[in-house]
Amino acid sequence: MTLSVSNLSFSHSRQPSLDGINATFEAGKLSVILGPNGAGKSTLLSCLAGVLKPHVGTASVDGTDINSMPATARAQRIGLLPQGAETHWAITSEALVALGRIPHMRGAGPSADDLRAISAAMSATATDGFANRSVTALSGGERARVLMARVLAGEPQWILADEPLANLDPGFQLDILGLLRRQAKDGKGVVAVLHDLHHAVRFADHLLLLHEGKLFAQGSVDDVITAANLAVVYGIDARLFKDDDGSTQLIIKGKIKS
Amino acid sequence: MKARSLTPLLLLLLCGAFLLSLMAGKVWIWPTSWAADNADGWIFLELRLPRAVLGLCIGAILGLSGAVMQGYLRNPLADPTVLGVSASAALGGVLAIYLGINMLPFGLFGSAMLGAGASIALLLAISRGGGPIGFILGGMVLSTLAGALTAFVISIAPNPFAASEIINWLMGALTDRLMTDVWTALPFMALGGLLLLSTGRALDALTLGENGAKSLGIDLIRLRWIIVFGVGLAVGASVAVSGVVGFVGLIVPHLIRALYGEQPSRILLPSALGGAILTLTADSMVRLVPGPGEVRLGIAMAVLGAPFFLLLLLRYRKGSL
Repeated sequence: MTLSVSNLSFSHSRQPSLDGINATFEAGKLSVILGPNGAGKSTLLSCLAGVLKPHVGTASVDGTDINSMPATARAQRIGLLPQGAETHWAITSEALVALGRIPHMRGAGPSADDLRAISAAMSATATDGFANRSVTALSGGERARVLMARVLAGEPQWILADEPLANLDPGFQLDILGLLRRQAKDGKGVVAVLHDLHHAVRFADHLLLLHEGKLFAQGSVDDVITAANLAVVYGIDARLFKDDDGSTQLIIKGKIKS
Repeated sequence: MKARSLTPLLLLLLCGAFLLSLMAGKVWIWPTSWAADNADGWIFLELRLPRAVLGLCIGAILGLSGAVMQGYLRNPLADPTVLGVSASAALGGVLAIYLGINMLPFGLFGSAMLGAGASIALLLAISRGGGPIGFILGGMVLSTLAGALTAFVISIAPNPFAASEIINWLMGALTDRLMTDVWTALPFMALGGLLLLSTGRALDALTLGENGAKSLGIDLIRLRWIIVFGVGLAVGASVAVSGVVGFVGLIVPHLIRALYGEQPSRILLPSALGGAILTLTADSMVRLVPGPGEVRLGIAMAVLGAPFFLLLLLRYRKGSL
């Protein structure tokens, strides 16, 4: 199962643009999109989620153009955790998680399937403890998990997360990364936009590096995260070395003086 | 209290308010004389009954539209007047009175509905492709423009009587409405109300922001069309029969939220019930104020509503408002 974009371009005055992106994401893997601010990471993720429509090229899931699918069918297969963790009303955590079932709901109330999916999503994210608390009363880390549960409740094959770690302390960041990783292990396709290179190096199965709207590099961690690439794209001086256990480690020494 | 026991309570209150509206006035008419073949029975059938039915419908529409607008704009200070539909419908009505079209059958109503229709078309054109900000700004501009034109029409009124007739109509009242007014306005209100009631799930999804809602398969452009047509038809028709009655759409969703929680879909129907209760009660009260004539419903609502809303703001100052 694949999610892919081919020859995808997007341009809008209010959104970083994309230019001729070709990429394929596979189920069972945690793919990470990297790049500096304004490189077009969120734009790409929004195109993958069907939230933005590309001007040229296509985004497709298992070969079907997602912009030719009915919106609910697309929403059943592709879940998006948008940037910014917006929650506008003081509803309970459980009611928020239930919103994830909207693409599946037909009748007035939730079906047995809906209820099962909601409770499964809440126990997977360890949020069942505050099911009846208002989302506005939760800490940032708790809210991030509730919002993740909202995406899981829709039982999508693809989970797209736009900067899911923003404003979280290191412990909560690892919680969320662990959740994403487990979903990938269970066979889902996970695509996350991240800013933290250390997390990307440690957790990504597949990496995309965007630079000024173009795909600068893609592949495994060792292919993409190289001192040369990071110098060009971020303008930073980074050192990479192998740890005792064979994993790649990264140290950022500083900005490269120009 | 759980929502399950709240809704029957609201329905009970609504029945009470409806009965009160049928009975209350300078002349109290008890149920025993409703079917009587005398002055009381005549007042009941020709005056009280249409007035109560209109109060019920208009209140329900205003409460429901307020809840939908607040949910759509994710802003607890929004209300149906934000869209400029009320002001445009009022301009249509004022023009009808100025030109004497109100003497024709359905003249005033048709003219006000044309005003509402024009505002719908303009609003959709202005805010095409934009987010809620363009929508709010477009509505504000329309509202201001219609208000200015209304003032202009009043200022060029040929004589003081025409001016006072216009102003009286503008202030909003349910006095002396007939069953024909009810039958004229009802289809528009019913259709608009049904459109607005259908938005619940989409409004819920908007809790997650626009991208969140879109990723759940919600078509936001379609939602905007539904809301503009729903508010346009329903509120346009209510202004056309009663003038501008404010504050119901702003206050009622707040009260209902305090009882039912903040999930947008859960407060739609209760807000309609609450709006009807408030409007019927206020319209009964204005008849009971002693003295000649009667306080206009629009004025009473603002005089009661504004301090009440301030109190609410003070109480929830530390909350998320």
